[in-house]
Amino acid sequence: MFGAMPRGAAPFTSGSMRSSRAIFGLTLSGVLICSAPVMTHAEAPARVVSMNLCTDQLAMMLAAQGQLKSVSFLASDPRSSAMAEEAKAYPANRGQAEEIYLMQPDLVVAGAYTSRATVALLQRLGIRVEIFAPVTTLDDVPAQIARMGDVLGQQDKAAEVITAYDADLKAFQNEGGRSPTAVLYEANGYTSGAQSLSGQILATAGFTNLADEPTYAWGGNMPLEVLVMKAPEAVITSRPYPGGSRAEDILSHPALRATQDRRANASVSDSDWICGTPYVLHAVAQMVSLRHTLTNGED
Amino acid sequence: MRLYVILLILMGTLFGVALMIGPAGIAPLDSLRALVFGGDGPVPLVMREIRLPRALLALMIGAALGMSGAAMQGYLRNPLADPGLIGVSGSAALGAVIAIQTGIAATATLALPLSALAGALIGVVLVLALAGPRGGSLTLILAGIAISALAGALTSLVLNLSPNPFAANDIVFWMMGSLADRSMTHVWLALPLIGVGLGMLAMMRRGLDALTLGEDAAQAMGINLVQLRLLLVFGTACVVGASTAVAGAIGFVGLVVPHMLRGLVGARPGRLLWASALGGAVMLLAADSVVRVILPMRDLKLGVVTALVGAPLFLHLIYRTRRGL
Repeated sequence: MFGAMPRGAAPFTSGSMRSSRAIFGLTLSGVLICSAPVMTHAEAPARVVSMNLCTDQLAMMLAAQGQLKSVSFLASDPRSSAMAEEAKAYPANRGQAEEIYLMQPDLVVAGAYTSRATVALLQRLGIRVEIFAPVTTLDDVPAQIARMGDVLGQQDKAAEVITAYDADLKAFQNEGGRSPTAVLYEANGYTSGAQSLSGQILATAGFTNLADEPTYAWGGNMPLEVLVMKAPEAVITSRPYPGGSRAEDILSHPALRATQDRRANASVSDSDWICGTPYVLHAVAQMVSLRHTLTNGED
Repeated sequence: MRLYVILLILMGTLFGVALMIGPAGIAPLDSLRALVFGGDGPVPLVMREIRLPRALLALMIGAALGMSGAAMQGYLRNPLADPGLIGVSGSAALGAVIAIQTGIAATATLALPLSALAGALIGVVLVLALAGPRGGSLTLILAGIAISALAGALTSLVLNLSPNPFAANDIVFWMMGSLADRSMTHVWLALPLIGVGLGMLAMMRRGLDALTLGEDAAQAMGINLVQLRLLLVFGTACVVGASTAVAGAIGFVGLVVPHMLRGLVGARPGRLLWASALGGAVMLLAADSVVRVILPMRDLKLGVVTALVGAPLFLHLIYRTRRGL
């Protein structure tokens, strides 16, 4: 089921890499590839449908063969999903109560931002719905995995994933060295501070996030002028979507590019950053390698 | 002449003020010094790449909208004519959105403003055809409402069909207009067409003055009415198309400014053209400074401020001209 290497793992196979990342890449891939169904508990639901990008990925990681019937359409979009390849094996749903009901699930897993009306309707129809709140810290990821393991009746598999995750996370936290400054910058000048998952990824990778004002703690729009005045060493932007938009114009603004002139190449946040799954460690690893580039020769 | 001098001084002052206002909180003197002399660090970057293009665009686009409003009102002899109200800006926004979403905008440098121009051209031709040669208030406003609604709906449709999840949020920008985070690239995109358009509209000066005596009298004075109409159509399409392509549809500038200045130029529509261009620049520079003072950390849309000033005036004008409706 997880035969294909996750997209974000590609950098780890390249020759020039630090040992910690190599270990991490191997352990994570190892866990994912090990897809043989572990002992399924008696009360495990047999027909599970996931309606949210993040529950999609956790469910795909943990569900036994044939247990997961459908994932959301976002799960197969490589721009938002770290498991886009795996998701292609599942029928996609668009979160409509009607289509979900017709799949006759005995468990629906949904996110906190899934339409309340849809969730209420499914519950009224007698379907068990488990809501997963978004994860905002790296330390909450194991709890999220454990909970998905519980509702799917896959506790043993969840425990394995958690053990690997904890070990990999610890490896990053032991790294020392200088802490370069950075700002996360997305469409409309949206930036993420210390209370957000992206902010935690950045901090864990050893960066100092310059979006440290309280207004940005959970995320907020930072005017371009303010960003330029902060003069961060690295600006981590999002990759623009096709079709173009005024909101994303800001990412190609000459002033933003000028602040990054000295950088070899722009760093981009991608699907690994979005959900509280073990893939966030790919994002951390990507940022650690950026930090090594920035501090090269200093330590 | 004194009016022009006053407007020029006002425009220069507001241009300076616009350069000194911004969320970065740079001391005014430091900011101007960095703008002129440059230097190291982020301040010259903020001044030259962010604030200068923003102020230049406010000046250019204000002038463009002011003059096109004055020309349109003079030609139709109707104080309610304004490129925003009669749907020309909306059609230009549709042209720009289509160019961006189909990828045409990325193929050539001027593709974006030119397709906005094409949209504006269709809008202005439709309005003039629907309103008829006399440009009666009722038909003009009704035609404008219909074209605005249609262009707005199609713009929303195109943006909702886009594969880009941010495109649908851009609807507010295209409907209300904003100069936030524009760069010198946008100045160079808009400048040629705005220059050409202003030139064409300025050539209407003699014709508009003659037209106050009626069409027959104007023709007897040697005014070519067909040429005058073409100048209006293409001039308006150029300035509104280029402005909307980079800043979205900013309403009411072309309505408010000629109205306020008309009495000061002795009600001569020819003289009103350049006065309205200067007045439009003053109004938009002021409006763009106001949005940054009210909500410095957010992007309050320009159209909000211009509509708050312009809509009450529009109601007043309707009240005054209702006998003609």
